Amino acid sequence: MPAAASRSVLPGFRIGLGYTLFYLSLIVLLPLSALVFKSAQLSAEQFWAIATGERALASLRVTFGASLIAALINAFFGLLTAWVLVRYSFPGKRFVDALVDLPFALPTAVAGITLATLYAGNGWIGQYLEPLGFKVAYTPVGIVVALTFISLPFVVRTLQPVIEDIEPEIEEAAATLGATRWQTFQRVLLPAIVPALLTGFTLAFSRAIGEYGSVIFIAGNMPFISEITPLLIVAKLEQYDIVGATALAVVMLLISFVLLLAVNALQWRLANRHSATGGRE
Amino acid sequence: MFRSLRPLAFAAVFGLSSAFALPAAAELNLLNASYDVARDFYKDYNPLFQKYWKAKSSETIEIRQSHGGSSKQVRAVADGLEADVVTMNQSPDVDFLAEKGLVARDYTKKFPNNASPYTSTMVFIVRKGNPRAIRDWSDLGRDGVQVILPHPKTSGNGRYSYLAAWGYALRQPGGNDKTAQEFVSRVLKNAPLFATGGRDATTTFMQRRIGDVLVSFECEAELIAREFGRGEFEVVYPAQSILAEFPVAVVERVVDKKGTRREAQAYLDYLWSKEGQENAAQNYLRPRDAEVLKKYSAQFPAIKTFTVDEVFGGWSKAFPAHFRDGGSFDQIYQQK
Repeated sequence: MPAAASRSVLPGFRIGLGYTLFYLSLIVLLPLSALVFKSAQLSAEQFWAIATGERALASLRVTFGASLIAALINAFFGLLTAWVLVRYSFPGKRFVDALVDLPFALPTAVAGITLATLYAGNGWIGQYLEPLGFKVAYTPVGIVVALTFISLPFVVRTLQPVIEDIEPEIEEAAATLGATRWQTFQRVLLPAIVPALLTGFTLAFSRAIGEYGSVIFIAGNMPFISEITPLLIVAKLEQYDIVGATALAVVMLLISFVLLLAVNALQWRLANRHSATGGRE
Repeated sequence: MFRSLRPLAFAAVFGLSSAFALPAAAELNLLNASYDVARDFYKDYNPLFQKYWKAKSSETIEIRQSHGGSSKQVRAVADGLEADVVTMNQSPDVDFLAEKGLVARDYTKKFPNNASPYTSTMVFIVRKGNPRAIRDWSDLGRDGVQVILPHPKTSGNGRYSYLAAWGYALRQPGGNDKTAQEFVSRVLKNAPLFATGGRDATTTFMQRRIGDVLVSFECEAELIAREFGRGEFEVVYPAQSILAEFPVAVVERVVDKKGTRREAQAYLDYLWSKEGQENAAQNYLRPRDAEVLKKYSAQFPAIKTFTVDEVFGGWSKAFPAHFRDGGSFDQIYQQK
């Protein structure tokens, strides 16, 4: 990459970059700057009051907390799923593989209503959980369930090609050199997977933060307990407080951006270390 | 489980209908931007009006519907959705358009009855046999009674429920804003969750069997009966309740541009005709016409009602006092 500044071997750098910047500006930056611009109608104090209101802070905790838990759950089980789908063959594998994409395709409200129906006290799953004292629907746990559902494909689909790329010879080499199975996994496979796992985790996390449609049907939406920030934004829109709504949106955006930047930085460091120690060639 | 998908099918349909409603066609047409659950009403009403208008002016008129959450609809109209008329379920939504100059400032005076061709009221829906013996608003504040209602911040249905409870407490002997707030906060403490909208609340109560009482529009009770069967629940009429009005208005800026003022006016006027009023009654909305109301009196038990204007001095006062940020609803939760 540093060579690009002098003279690139590949043709079309300028026009390629030009189109990329134009496209990103049109699709991403323009709407976002409109958002920031709109929220700029507020004075700094007003903005701060909205951003740090008790209710807003509680909802931010719920939103980011539940998203983090959901992304962590998916990082683990998504890795497992991706591994199984790549490494083993079994009847119905294609079918299972297709299932993973369903949360992408399903309208989120359908997902929310279905999950609420399943986990409510008289639902297929809820009827067994509730007597044990686990309430899922209409509690923050329900939010985590919905977010786990919608963000699963991000982890699996990010990891699959990476795991496919790891050649079996590497594992065989490790085995011939006397590594145990656990050592092979920990020392040889995991380092190759971790950067992609982080990407998948980040995608799942950011997807979960913005989620509205599925969550509101299962959350119960009680102030201070199970109200997510997107719901507060909608509540503000219902009051025709459009500027207040954009202010909250900007707060979410800023926090997300900082978190994503941090994860990316971590990833660059990992990738550098990985290539420095000769993970590949 | 599959029943629960119905609202989504609706959602998909109104999404499509609003998408296709945009292009202005050459032939004579009206676009009616309306709230979500008015779908059945206008599905029946539009052919009635088309027939009437054909006979009266020999014009063939096409009527398109756009349905959605009422405040979303209103924002769409403010942002340029070319609706000739708006038919809403709460005046704050039309007020917003009046502020923006799209409808007349005095739109409530342009038609009879505060520009609301029909009304409804908030009633209780309880389990068969009324096991918790719920008779009036006071029972909703009792310890251990679970109350299901939609989020008052995001739903018109929830706002009417909230104001109905508040108004009830206010109208008790010695009632004032303080006692009303105490009462409403007791009712809200009995809410295990807030549904996102009226339909979601119904599903929660009827299908997931959560709660002892559902507060909803009278007309919703009939829809529940059609969907879930009549043997599953009972409707309880409190001694008094709030009068829900459904304001309609001509969107001045659009009819001037499209040249459809005459038709739009006639379309809304006809809501007050015998046919229009009968159609309201058949959809379980209380007609304004005394004769029609009498004819259908079996399905509309007499109930003492109070209006938002009488008790709260109008929506323009009630809305900021209770539902804006820092209003009474927020205060109740801030205290906890």
